[in-house]
Amino acid sequence: MSFLEGFVQGIVLLGSVLGVVAYLTWFERKFSGRLQSRIGPYWVGRPHGWLQPIADGLKLLAKEDLTPLKGDGLLFNLAPVWVVVISFLGFAFLPFTSNWVLVNIDLGLLYFSAFGSLIVVGVFVAGWSSNNKYALISALRTAAQMVAYEIPLVLSLLVPAVLVGSLDFKDIVEAQREGWFVFFPFVGQVSILVFLLSALAEGNRIPFDLPEAESELVAGFSVEYSGMKFAYFYLGEYVHLLAVSLLTSILFLGGPDGPLFQGGIWVAIKTLAVFVGILWIRWSFLRLRIDQMMLLNWKFLTPLGLLNLLIAGLWASLNYT
Amino acid sequence: MEERVVEREFGELALNMGPQHPSTHGVFRLQLHLRGETIVKVVPHIGYLHRGVEKLSETLDYDMLPPVYERDDYLSPTSNSLAFVLAVERLAEIEVPRRASYLRIVVAELQRIASHLVWLGTFGLDLGGALGGGATLFLYCFRERERILDLMESLTGTRFHTNMNQIGGVRYDVYPEFDKEVIETLNYIENRVREYREALDANPVFLERTKGIGIVPPWLAREVGASGPVLRGSGIQYDLRKNKPYLSYPEFEFEVPVGKEGDVYDRYSVRVEEMVESARIVRQAIEGLPEGPIHSRKPLKSATLLKPPKKDVYVAVESPRGELGMYVVSDGSSKPYRVKVRSPSFSNIALIPHILPGHLVADAVAILGSLDPVFGDVDR
Repeated sequence: MSFLEGFVQGIVLLGSVLGVVAYLTWFERKFSGRLQSRIGPYWVGRPHGWLQPIADGLKLLAKEDLTPLKGDGLLFNLAPVWVVVISFLGFAFLPFTSNWVLVNIDLGLLYFSAFGSLIVVGVFVAGWSSNNKYALISALRTAAQMVAYEIPLVLSLLVPAVLVGSLDFKDIVEAQREGWFVFFPFVGQVSILVFLLSALAEGNRIPFDLPEAESELVAGFSVEYSGMKFAYFYLGEYVHLLAVSLLTSILFLGGPDGPLFQGGIWVAIKTLAVFVGILWIRWSFLRLRIDQMMLLNWKFLTPLGLLNLLIAGLWASLNYT
Repeated sequence: MEERVVEREFGELALNMGPQHPSTHGVFRLQLHLRGETIVKVVPHIGYLHRGVEKLSETLDYDMLPPVYERDDYLSPTSNSLAFVLAVERLAEIEVPRRASYLRIVVAELQRIASHLVWLGTFGLDLGGALGGGATLFLYCFRERERILDLMESLTGTRFHTNMNQIGGVRYDVYPEFDKEVIETLNYIENRVREYREALDANPVFLERTKGIGIVPPWLAREVGASGPVLRGSGIQYDLRKNKPYLSYPEFEFEVPVGKEGDVYDRYSVRVEEMVESARIVRQAIEGLPEGPIHSRKPLKSATLLKPPKKDVYVAVESPRGELGMYVVSDGSSKPYRVKVRSPSFSNIALIPHILPGHLVADAVAILGSLDPVFGDVDR
């Protein structure tokens, strides 16, 4: 792949992720509307407010951009950029079909989780540099939560890798032609459960959205942000969510493998299904408290993830010698 | 006097929750002193919604005041005007026809249901945030409440500030299909409330967040003068409708639900039970609605003609939030000499500095929500 070719592919990927994310927000608003016996966006672009994401984007662009006088201006402005860039970088390693991936390396999974764990830096810096007490508390919560949930997340991500014996997404997808990992007895189900729970916590989604708990901390780390900088955090969150859904479909649900035909369509369908599941959880659960959330992690998810990894390792060592 | 917030000790963070905050249920400022996320000290600040109704009362005639008092506690307007109207009736020794008394109960109890529905919805917001499951509960509860408001609209022409209570009776009589519509609405709401209760009681996150949190021991509830569901949540069976009956309440059969532990969950549970009991009362009142006039006074040419004798009375009713008392002093003129409102929210939020320390910030929101303060009622 020449530089130019890679560049163009990268731009296309970036653009399509942006577009998909914009319409995922629209989808979420329609979905939650239905769930709450409302209609959701309707008037901006008939039918069913299809122009709403674009209108919102323009609105956010036109909004006044404030930087707190007593905050750390440089870090304050850098944090949203960091969050967005890092969330997008993870996409470079994800295979969208069985034969197309932007950056083709055999350590894709490792890179992906490494980039995922860097988001916390941006969020923490945002909370810290705002010089706001709510943002500060939120930043401290974020640090505790995201670092803690990193552990079960990686533990559950490692299970497919151990079962296959490779960190390459392509190998993992290939290995699932015989059977999706979600159907792998015990190990598969436990690891998808642990993965989704900790991914929700990583992405600050309800029931783990403590960093931006708006009934306690108003808006948490993003309380001082306005306009496009705020939109960056929002974008980062949705990109992360999309990445999680995509990763679930690739690691556990067989990726492009499916009945009748094979290919990217199946990835899209599975991703959307996981995304809907996450939305459903969001719009029907209440929020946990910080101590309860940490207990869930250290006393339940981490031991379970470790045990699961151990079983997967035993299985793998028995089968691959 | 503006009190400055300073961090007094190293490691202690003073956090101003309010006056503008999504979950203080109005304009209320909690000055929280935090150590980490644990609250060590709380100083509540009230008065941001002071509208001077008590002083205003001294310049208005008695007949002008019930609508003013409806704006006091803006989630249950009827109980406020009811308390005032009862007080003036006792002052001027006006008898109220039985039919009027029944109709007052119907409206008051329907609004109790509406008020508790608002509470349940906003409690969901407190626990789950406006961008999640809490909002779902909130919107469901408001959809149910809408039915009651529609009913009020067809009865009185106003959705919310019904202006039903009038000195000497009620302003509007029921129309022919009213009873059928009420029963239908009650059936609907009862089913829904039962459904939400089941869903919430089966929700581990909800239970985790409410059980064992914000325990109000009975002695403390007595000490600060808490009343209503807060007092009953602590296990004290005290309901003015039973203990110091007014209107025709003794003629109805209903239970007074009480809690055991006095935690947030018990207060929730008491309120949900109360909705069912209120529905029971409304059913009985609608079925046994006596015939007769709806008010006992002849229309006056001018509001200044109502001049109660020189004396003072204290009348209390059970509002959705607790004991709502009106102390009215008459000097023999057509305007009250002094009105003092004993508002339930004011006494209930006096619990805050006693029960918040030791909890986390998230619990502060849940506990405050469970006390169901209405700041129009606190600050008046």
